[in-house]
Amino acid sequence: MAELIVYGIVLGSIIALGAIGLSLVYGIIRFANFAHGDLMSAGAYVALFMVTGVLSWIGVPDNTFGPISFGWRMVIAFPISMAVVAVVAILLDRIIYQKLRTKGSGPVMLAMSSLGTSFIIRMVILIIWGSDYRFYRPGLMRPALELPWGIKIRPDQILILFVVLFLVVLLHLFLKRTKMGKAMRATADNMQLALISGIDTERIILWTWGIGGALAAAGGILYGIDVQLHARMGWNFLIPLFAATILGSIGNIYGALIGGLTIGIAQQVSTAFLLPTYKIAVAFVIMILILLIRPQGIFGKE
Amino acid sequence: MELGGIIAYLVSFAIMAGIYAVFCLGLNIQWGYTGLFNIGIAGFFCIGAYATAMITTPKPTGIYAHYVKQLFGLNLPFITGLLGAAIICGIIAFLIGFPTLKLGEDYLAIATLGIAETFRLIFNNEYWLANGPRGLMGLPQPFDGLVDAKYYNYIYLIIVVIIMVVIYLLIERAIRSPWGRVLRAVREDEVSAGMSGKNIFSFKMQSLVFGAMVMGIGGALYAHYTKSISPAVFTPLYGTFIIWVMLMAGGSGNNKGAILGAYAIWAIWIGTTFLTDFLPYTLKARAPYIRFLLIGILLEIILIYRPQGIFGEEKKVSKLID
Amino acid sequence: MIILKTEDITAGYTEVDILHDVGIRLKSGEIVSIIGPNGAGKSTLLKTIFGILKPSQGSITLKGEDITGLKPDKIVKKGISYVPQVENVFPSMTIQENLEMGAFIRKDDYSKRLDEVYNLFTVLRERKKQKVGHLSGGQRQMVAMGRALMLDPQVLLLDEPSAGLAPILVSDIFEKILEINATGVAIIIVEQNAREALKMAHHGYVLAMGRNVLDDKGEALLANEEVGRLYLGG
Repeated sequence: MAELIVYGIVLGSIIALGAIGLSLVYGIIRFANFAHGDLMSAGAYVALFMVTGVLSWIGVPDNTFGPISFGWRMVIAFPISMAVVAVVAILLDRIIYQKLRTKGSGPVMLAMSSLGTSFIIRMVILIIWGSDYRFYRPGLMRPALELPWGIKIRPDQILILFVVLFLVVLLHLFLKRTKMGKAMRATADNMQLALISGIDTERIILWTWGIGGALAAAGGILYGIDVQLHARMGWNFLIPLFAATILGSIGNIYGALIGGLTIGIAQQVSTAFLLPTYKIAVAFVIMILILLIRPQGIFGKE
Repeated sequence: MELGGIIAYLVSFAIMAGIYAVFCLGLNIQWGYTGLFNIGIAGFFCIGAYATAMITTPKPTGIYAHYVKQLFGLNLPFITGLLGAAIICGIIAFLIGFPTLKLGEDYLAIATLGIAETFRLIFNNEYWLANGPRGLMGLPQPFDGLVDAKYYNYIYLIIVVIIMVVIYLLIERAIRSPWGRVLRAVREDEVSAGMSGKNIFSFKMQSLVFGAMVMGIGGALYAHYTKSISPAVFTPLYGTFIIWVMLMAGGSGNNKGAILGAYAIWAIWIGTTFLTDFLPYTLKARAPYIRFLLIGILLEIILIYRPQGIFGEEKKVSKLID
Repeated sequence: MIILKTEDITAGYTEVDILHDVGIRLKSGEIVSIIGPNGAGKSTLLKTIFGILKPSQGSITLKGEDITGLKPDKIVKKGISYVPQVENVFPSMTIQENLEMGAFIRKDDYSKRLDEVYNLFTVLRERKKQKVGHLSGGQRQMVAMGRALMLDPQVLLLDEPSAGLAPILVSDIFEKILEINATGVAIIIVEQNAREALKMAHHGYVLAMGRNVLDDKGEALLANEEVGRLYLGG
């Protein structure tokens, strides 16, 4: 059981990265982004392209760092992939969603169009890479470390936790200390008042997509490192992402973090009683329960 | 290709498009007339198909039972299968509606998505229910003794078209009735419709249930056409997304649009099969993905440049600057 | 000198117009109060001046410049600030942060201005790190006005500043409004509390059914028997 909880925290932290981005987009742009899971896939696959493609062409060495399963290539590919997906998310907004916003389309049309973009992203991935499972480093033995209390955890997974923690702290500082971060929080609180104060909400929206996309990419890459890559991975994250976002209250970053961890742990613990394929259903049931009992989430107002 | 082959091809095209048209009619009740954003159509597709499969095939016995596990098998005729599919889908929609209809529009969407995925998982993993991933086979086809097997599709096409037209007429009648007017009022402005004393929840529920029943019939028609079904068939792509594209293309809120959209988009889908011939060898295996990519882009273009579809009306936008 | 005027404004939220041919004039440094029954279109007028609504007819002029149809982000840069009646603060942010957001578009060092606003609302200074959502109604209203003042506006639009406040706080708020006016800011107030609004107004406008009914000096309207009967509760 302890192992399940530990792995649940690892998985949960990955879900949290996606949920934080989704929560920001939902809270600031008022938009249920059904393509958010596929932004995670996009990040994972862009990193794959760099690690197995570009970086090997330019001759970056392929060795790994000690017990970790990756080396310099991933270190370089990680931030680049985050930046690329940030740009992709921004472009999607410019090309598609913004046009719908200016026409006055409601949230349902935006959600529907994000459904469309999710399929577009997934099809592009399938066209380029096909439907096989991929790995950043195929065939690698990844032994687990033994920690006190009989907890087994892989070195990769410890690093995942640190990366997530680092990104969350970075985001926190950004939102609390920088002018743009505060403006984002203001827009999430009250978009009309932000407009009235002269805040350029279109710029805020671009930043939101950028950050949301970058965090989603990070989550996708970390999942790829921990488990594997496949074209449907993002879609499978969609329900856990929404569950975590709703649990943590839409627009609340820390809520999304807690929500992600909770869903991750719940999913893992459920495998003690249910088949692992039912993990999505577990997240779904939790989400329905929250929507019935406390739809505003943990941190929402009455 | 000889004429007989071309006609046979067109007939199977028309059957599939007609089945999808039934789905679009069902979705039109939920979305077009009531504004319910249901992205779990694949769930009703799946349940409708499995319902009719288990109603119209016998429960496996003897040695056969080793290979095929099925919860029940009633071996009843085709029409019972259709009705059973409709009723079961209606009941499921009723149960789903209780927790989810009070939620906002996008919450409803994610809930319907979750339900569809959950059902697919259940059918895929619970072997005792319907044979898990192997699915069920040997569904009967009505009137199949009448003609030679190679001409059977003509009969099935007639059946599909009749059912499609009957459903179309029923919905058109219902929409013009007082019930239908309230439905549209709910979609346009829920708050004032509620204030005039109508029970909004009840109307939404009725719309959800009737739409689901129609979708159940669609699923059943599909199952009897292909004669065998498995969970892998009911994907978000073929079971949900393409139906949305069809309805948006044809015109949501318009039943003619629903039918036309189904035929138009399915024609585009089938038409792009021929594009595969022009692809370089390396990409041929990826052809379905390329074709679906085009469908996805098509949806975006429709949403941006002509969200009302071919037949629909333009929604009014207020003078308030957002 | 007239700093702001509207002429023949016809505007509404949808096809149905709420305002018909409305005109008001604001002289610099003065307070103009707009009173009238509910639904008269008073708030709609403020929203139209600030650019949230676009008038289908008529013009709005600021210091001689035509600002009709400009969007809020441009209007606010021209020196008009607006305090909405409801949802006029950022509840999850602190008082300090709310004021900082008010100053968002300023590129200069606004610490002096921040000081001045805190001097005006001393209660806020003590609690500047508190989240505004937890404050009382009266304090929230002060934050709402403070936010609008951070840009040193020449014109301040206040939409029912006393709405929802206990009577003691109402006179506090109106005192503050007078103090703000004393620093040279011209103010348009829309108010349900017609008597108080007219007491501090240099000029008053009565709006009903979206049209101008009457306008005169504030004291004159107060003394007017008919106005008293119809709009001031006798």
